[in-house]
Amino acid sequence: MRIGVITFPGSLDDVDAARAVRLAGAEPVSLWHGDHDLKDVDAVVLPGGFSYGDYLRAGAIAARSPLMQDVVAAAHGGLPVLGICNGFQVLCEAGLLPGALTRNSHLHFRNRDQGLLVERADTAWTTSFQPGQRIVVPVKNGEGRYVAADADLDRLEGEGRVVVRYVSTTPGSGVDANPNGSSRDIAGVTSADGRVVGLMPHPEHAVEDLTGPSTDGLGFFTSVLSALVVAA
Amino acid sequence: MSQVVVDVVLKPEISDPQGQAVLGALGRLGHTGVRSVRQGKHFVLEVDGEPDEAELRQIAETLLANPVIEDVELHLPARTTD
Repeated sequence: MRIGVITFPGSLDDVDAARAVRLAGAEPVSLWHGDHDLKDVDAVVLPGGFSYGDYLRAGAIAARSPLMQDVVAAAHGGLPVLGICNGFQVLCEAGLLPGALTRNSHLHFRNRDQGLLVERADTAWTTSFQPGQRIVVPVKNGEGRYVAADADLDRLEGEGRVVVRYVSTTPGSGVDANPNGSSRDIAGVTSADGRVVGLMPHPEHAVEDLTGPSTDGLGFFTSVLSALVVAA
Repeated sequence: MSQVVVDVVLKPEISDPQGQAVLGALGRLGHTGVRSVRQGKHFVLEVDGEPDEAELRQIAETLLANPVIEDVELHLPARTTD
């Protein structure tokens, strides 16, 4: 299985994403934003970072890069795509996922271990989890507040498109479970076909006990391998 | 060549924590009469020839603004009669 990891100017977590892909048992393939070449990969990961310095809006310029035109076309054909943090912002800006990510309500950059509730365990990127499972992965963002019109949020919830929701990492501590003011505690959403997933937290930073708060993040990368095996 | 101005503002229903922070600072400076601040973006485009309103609206709505969260105001130069 070959999983592409796109590097944009200003990507930071492409190396960690490639490492997570390798630990999950797949072959990471470096993709460059300026090419029109998906290199026949079986799935694509858009990593975190600050593509184009977050100029205009986070993810806005990257969403109009040459390779993203190929990603959008391939995603419409069913290619599994995972957007993490800045990658989620790019997917929303590219129109592959609904909603938008805006400045955190408290205006602070938030970097901490974050509890998540997995609500959808049947997308291409979440079959390794159980529905209702609680996991912990790092979150680190300044513009991670998920917003959409109320009617759109109702529709997303009605269609079961919320993949992960923020929950308290330390229940009873009084610390707000929601790190950035996201509408309805939404941390990640999926496309109608469940093949494209975007989330603000960073599963690629929770793949080894030595460096992460858990190894829960690995499940996103092993999930897509199962999805690809089933498809093949 | 003509100059076109595009103002991008957050939709009224989208909260604007940066604007609220500015409002807070104004209060600390004693400007208690300001009721609300909404922060936006101001683009000045220089275009060849007469501006094409349809194209400029497309530019504003597909790149300069994200229609999920933002509204645009297009300011075309006043047409000169000669």
